[in-house]
Amino acid sequence: MEHYLSLLVKSIFIENMALAFFLGMCTFLAVSKKVDTAIGLGVAVVVVQTITVPINNLIYQYLLKENALSWLGVEGTDLTFIGLICYIGVIAAMVQVLEMFLDRHVPALYNALGIFLPLITVNCAILGGSLFMVERDYGFGESIVFGFGSGAGWALALTALAGIREKMKYADAPKGLRGLGLTFMIAGLMAMAFMAFSGIQL
Amino acid sequence: MKALRNVLDKIHPLFSKGGRFERFYPLYEAADSFVYTPGEITKGTTHVRDAIDLKRVMITVVIALLPCFFMAMWNTGYQANAAMQLTGGSVEGWRGTLLGLLGYSANPDSFVDNMLLGAAWFIPIYLVTNIVGGLWEALFSIVRGHEINEGFLVTGSLFPLICPPTLPLWQVALGISFGVVLGKEIFGGTGKNFLNPALTGRAFLFFAYPAQISGGTSVWVAADGLTGATALSAAAEGGVKALTTMHSWFDAFLGVIPGSMGETSTLACLFGAAILVFTGIGSWRIMLSGLLGAVSLSALFLLVDSSTNPMFALGPLWHLVIGGFAFGLVFMATDPVSGAMTEEGQWVYGALIGLMCILIRVVNPAFPEGMMLAILFGNVFAPLIDQLVLKYHIKRRLRHVEG
Repeated sequence: MEHYLSLLVKSIFIENMALAFFLGMCTFLAVSKKVDTAIGLGVAVVVVQTITVPINNLIYQYLLKENALSWLGVEGTDLTFIGLICYIGVIAAMVQVLEMFLDRHVPALYNALGIFLPLITVNCAILGGSLFMVERDYGFGESIVFGFGSGAGWALALTALAGIREKMKYADAPKGLRGLGLTFMIAGLMAMAFMAFSGIQL
Repeated sequence: MKALRNVLDKIHPLFSKGGRFERFYPLYEAADSFVYTPGEITKGTTHVRDAIDLKRVMITVVIALLPCFFMAMWNTGYQANAAMQLTGGSVEGWRGTLLGLLGYSANPDSFVDNMLLGAAWFIPIYLVTNIVGGLWEALFSIVRGHEINEGFLVTGSLFPLICPPTLPLWQVALGISFGVVLGKEIFGGTGKNFLNPALTGRAFLFFAYPAQISGGTSVWVAADGLTGATALSAAAEGGVKALTTMHSWFDAFLGVIPGSMGETSTLACLFGAAILVFTGIGSWRIMLSGLLGAVSLSALFLLVDSSTNPMFALGPLWHLVIGGFAFGLVFMATDPVSGAMTEEGQWVYGALIGLMCILIRVVNPAFPEGMMLAILFGNVFAPLIDQLVLKYHIKRRLRHVEG
């Protein structure tokens, strides 16, 4: 239990997807203008991440890994080379399902997220989560916790950035910096504040 | 004084629109409103009359900082004098020559000697901070055409107080440049930034030049080749025992311990806190909830206790008096620009800072002190907290309208 708890804390704060690894930057910078939309996208990412990482974990453990097919009686296989395609396929399918669900039940959020909902498919934070799972060889339980934690950490950073950007409406930045330029600066300064967690050993 | 007013009035046309030095109006305006009450008044039929303006707010903060300035000089001198008495060292370089002329005798019991030596270390840092930071401020206001803001007075006073005495001056200049330019001016100046500029500058130095700003034990006492661990790093290594053999709790409360120049004395910070709370400039909600957050978490750590981490056993009493906790909570967390603005939000924001500070100090072995990063972390979340509080209010009131 303690192991899972420390993994959760680690994936949310210490190894924050957005501010420690700088993954998923395109959506991070693009969908952070309003807190409401950011919370919506954040929840969507948490959902997608919590489902795809464990599914990809199962695929990796029972199909792709070296000798993973031994439960079928087939020895000596190593299908890791098609890993990337499989993970992306799972993610794309999941996002499609989520999109249909939101279109039917939460149309307001569906419209607000617009193009960025299908773009979760190519959000590097999502694929990054699955690849970290493979690289660190997480078990099934671990990958559920890691999937949720990394998604939640990304969502947390996104909503914080959205809060700051709503405040920045009153800012008076030099012309060349207005908009995305200033957002880059803010993201950098936020990452500096998140350095508070770097070095914690769990 | 009348003569000065006349001079200012006489050169006013030169700087106003169409004048020869139109571009430099911000400099004129700064000099004028530094000396006199700003001339602009609200136009129109209704407005709220209040004697308090940005200038008075900032000056009050600087006054509240005076006890810390005093302790910064005295304690920096005292620590160095006491250390040199033990090892028989002496003040070298230009400081030695200058102090020799002033009749300085390196006696830690002499108030004058301590102040002299402390000033010799503190004043250069203070001057560099204000000259370099002031230059950036003036440059931006001339180019961008906004007024030079009194906000820099506070940033320029806070920054030297959170530097260790031995920080090289070029790093002071670099740090304050980063703080003023990237922490404030790119957002449009005072009131528009989201991080505390002084802390931004210090955090930049902290990560860029760790050796000079927190490098082990050699940076905290301003005497050559001497080491003096801060109370926090001593506690991180040897726990309460190591701490109590070095300093008594009362020493730490008064501030007679090595550390960043202005932050050692909790007593001086309490004076400042009293002024800020009494004048209504610093938020007592943030101070109180920060205090409660820190006390409750450190008490919890004390109860849990850990055999491997001596910091667990430190307890709330020590946490409040060592390191920069008091200084940060009183002067930096309450920054009205980068802190939370809603009343409920201030409770959450303060508690977040208190909790984070203790968490970093105790759990994170990489940084012995956590206040700086805790406040920056709080600053990052303050706008979000405010937003959520506002949303909650809107929701609650809508219910009244609808119901």
